[in-house]
Amino acid sequence: MTHMACSLLGSGQDEDQYYSMQDYEGAVARWCPGCGDHAVLTAVVHLLEAEQLQPERTVFVSGIGCSSRFPHYLKTYGFHGLHGRALPVATGIKLRRRDLHVFAVMGDGDCCSIGAAHWIHTTRYNPDMVALMLDNGVYGLTKNQTSPTSPAGYPSNTQPRGAYLQPMNPIAATLGVTNASFVAQTGDWVPDHLYETIAAGFRHKGFAFIRILQRCPQYTTPLFEEAVRNPELVELMVHPEGIPIDGLEQIYKNQLPHDPSDLVGAHRLAQPDGRIRLGLFYHDEGKPVYDELRYLRPHTAEEKIDLLNAEFDRYAV
Amino acid sequence: MTATTPASETEALTDKKPKKRKARSVEVIRVKEHTVEVVTDSGEGAQKASQIFGSVSAKMGNGVWTVEIIPAEIQPPARTPASASGNRIRIGTGPVTNWGDHANLVMAFNEQVLLARHRMDALAEDAIILIEDMWQKHEDPDIRQQWEEAMEEMSHRSYRFVPVPMEEQSLTIVENPRRGKNMMALGILAWIYSRDLDKIRELIALQFKRKAKEVYENNVALLELGHEWASKNLDFRVAIETKASDQPRVVMNGNQAIAYGGIAAGMELCAMYPITPATSASHHLSDVFEQFGGIVHQAEDEIAAAGVAIGSSFAGKVAFTITSGPGLALKTEFIGLAVMTETPLVVVDVQRGGPSTGLPTKIEQSDLLASIFGQPGDAPHVVLAPATMEECFLCMTTARRIAEAFRCVVIVLSDANLATGVQPFVRPDLKTEWMAAPLDLHRVPEGTLPYAWDQQLGLSQRIIPGQPGGMFIATGLSHDERSKIGYSPDVHERGCQMRARKMAVLQQTLKRPTVHGDESGDLLVVGWGSTWGAIEEAVDRAREEGLSVSSLHLRFLSPLEPGLKEIFSGFKKVITVEINYSDDPNDPFITDENRRRGQLCWLLRASTLVDVDCWTRVPGQPLRPGNILKAIRDHMPNGAKK
Repeated sequence: MTHMACSLLGSGQDEDQYYSMQDYEGAVARWCPGCGDHAVLTAVVHLLEAEQLQPERTVFVSGIGCSSRFPHYLKTYGFHGLHGRALPVATGIKLRRRDLHVFAVMGDGDCCSIGAAHWIHTTRYNPDMVALMLDNGVYGLTKNQTSPTSPAGYPSNTQPRGAYLQPMNPIAATLGVTNASFVAQTGDWVPDHLYETIAAGFRHKGFAFIRILQRCPQYTTPLFEEAVRNPELVELMVHPEGIPIDGLEQIYKNQLPHDPSDLVGAHRLAQPDGRIRLGLFYHDEGKPVYDELRYLRPHTAEEKIDLLNAEFDRYAV
Repeated sequence: MTATTPASETEALTDKKPKKRKARSVEVIRVKEHTVEVVTDSGEGAQKASQIFGSVSAKMGNGVWTVEIIPAEIQPPARTPASASGNRIRIGTGPVTNWGDHANLVMAFNEQVLLARHRMDALAEDAIILIEDMWQKHEDPDIRQQWEEAMEEMSHRSYRFVPVPMEEQSLTIVENPRRGKNMMALGILAWIYSRDLDKIRELIALQFKRKAKEVYENNVALLELGHEWASKNLDFRVAIETKASDQPRVVMNGNQAIAYGGIAAGMELCAMYPITPATSASHHLSDVFEQFGGIVHQAEDEIAAAGVAIGSSFAGKVAFTITSGPGLALKTEFIGLAVMTETPLVVVDVQRGGPSTGLPTKIEQSDLLASIFGQPGDAPHVVLAPATMEECFLCMTTARRIAEAFRCVVIVLSDANLATGVQPFVRPDLKTEWMAAPLDLHRVPEGTLPYAWDQQLGLSQRIIPGQPGGMFIATGLSHDERSKIGYSPDVHERGCQMRARKMAVLQQTLKRPTVHGDESGDLLVVGWGSTWGAIEEAVDRAREEGLSVSSLHLRFLSPLEPGLKEIFSGFKKVITVEINYSDDPNDPFITDENRRRGQLCWLLRASTLVDVDCWTRVPGQPLRPGNILKAIRDHMPNGAKK
């Protein structure tokens, strides 16, 4: 997401004001202790402060689910809408207000199940915004139902004898959509990686899709437990054009060079092979950005009346 | 080619002494109004010819109302009744407010499409039928037989058939008569009704402005050919006095009027998903909106279309979404969210027949209750219905202003009758105050709450992203004045009360509706939406018969306009007339308790406790004034004076 100079529009901006982390903090988060959402919130507040985003020019849009409480815990503008429908609302905001920084926060059920159509199509629209998909592999808020990313065999209240199907692959699915421009994966247990990935997504001009692997302490505790304990199970995708993160190479020895402009390579790496891959799968700044493509200068009432009168001449009798 | 000027045409018609130089005498049928139908196989250009005929009639000063006759498929099998496609154009000396009863003159391109209209009882007993004669003498014996059978089926009526060699004549100018007969037909109609050929040429030029010059020239040649053929071969003409309007007028269909109405209201975004019969409004907007700085966003589905409009509106821009019944159903959750977050939203529903896919191209008024009550939970919002093309235009500004002033959802119920019908109306005198105000991103005074409800009115000032100091989280969860989620009984009760109170406040600002006819009498007919013209015509005819009948037409359906109970008390009986389903009280199993009533009828009974009756039909067509008149006679209360 690029910084757009705020042309025009009203007064009262505090151009010289410095915003501290506290300036971005909203209500006290009510997520369970140990929930991965806390880590994402911390990374986001850190980013807002680092980028000094004006709170009034920043909008967090969410759907429904644990993760969708996200906007309430920030002191920016927010829109906590419908299950699965964060992206259309976010697109509507960005489409006519390019001066706003827009973030969409979704869960795995939100994004990959009930909102799947919007996820696919918004990837293709490629609006300039960051989409965070907080993926804990379960419906938590509604008390433990199978989600599209639940591992096969995971017992839930709706599939008590274990999930019947293999989980869907959100990274591969996103890569398969025309105009995909930024596709990354990170994990809640690697705070530096999490932060840098979101920051890179913010700097990207276009739709930055970031899947955040995380655990639900209530229902899917074992999900990445081994990977948290054993960095050997994680493979970092590295490249000068990727997301370089100082210090991580000390912990994560498995490093795989991957040029993020290589779409075919990205598809290959997105296939399940037992490795948990973190990093930037794909990045292309050159994809058309929908809100830019459709941008039109707002017209004054007088201009519109003149044009309308010219139109009416065609229908005059 | 005899280049007769329009002026001399009119003289010829009004000349008291018919010219005797021609052996053939031309009968002049003088009428105050006439209803014309052009029916063809789908794809033969009847719509274009009819639109031009309607437009030129309006330009010459006739009242006009047109209705499309459209099959559901793009190209159904030719020469079948299912293929019937075309237009009805009712023209009159005075204003025309509906499609009338029966066609007086029909231009039919084959006997099968004519048969479709005959079977619909669309044709007057003495209708004049100009019919392509090639089928009668066709080389295929099956076609000749079909012709014979069709003629046999229609033989009990006194139709006056006039064979026309349209194909034979068109072939002298174009190779493919399917692409030429329509203009030849227009030429014939132009002669019969003495339409101004120069004006028609202008309209053809406009119609084909993006095509090669040759296309225009061919079409004009065909027009002139038809005109000449008619002048040499027909023995009748129809004279309808034209009255030039003293005010400038425009002529367009309801969907165009909604599109321009949206622009005049200052809308900047229309988010939509294709659905008949709403789509043509979006087509029109897509064509012209960008020059006004507005965009049509074709979303991935109906739900997303609502979401995008809500997002834009939340961000302070004026947006609307346009759909039809099935799309409205998909948008209900978002409509509820807009109500809950008090995000202004205008939703246009161009109704069609339902349920399910129903009658996608046809007319019905059966989304009324769904549009008012279709959202889960209590979701108070505004529903209004334009009655004419002019109101389609004007209601968009009304809707936008109410949506913003009351921070609410406004659903506009149009229907396929208004959407595709064409009618001239007084050219709107556009005003800058109709447009939405520019974004105001001033700092919000400290302590201002996002839902600072006036406890009396339920109203509050909207805060828009970009305003410093105003940061809040709009949420679909129950919330308090600060937009903080609250599940306590008092928070939820207060929120529901405030959102509902706004509707009561709005209702108090509405005018008491005006009764058409006397303020008291035996019977009051209540309608809404596109049936206005047909109902008033029926009531006027009933009053001429001496019946004590009046009518009332509602524009606001939710909240209902004030004073209804008092108005009803002036009449012995009240009925609604609507295009939605109701049980006939005489049908098997139907009792007063289980009877399904017309949708407005249900609403009026509930809100006034008056025993309102109803007469409704679901023919997929506009109601005919003649049928409403019959219903009025049947529903006169006991002891009514004749």
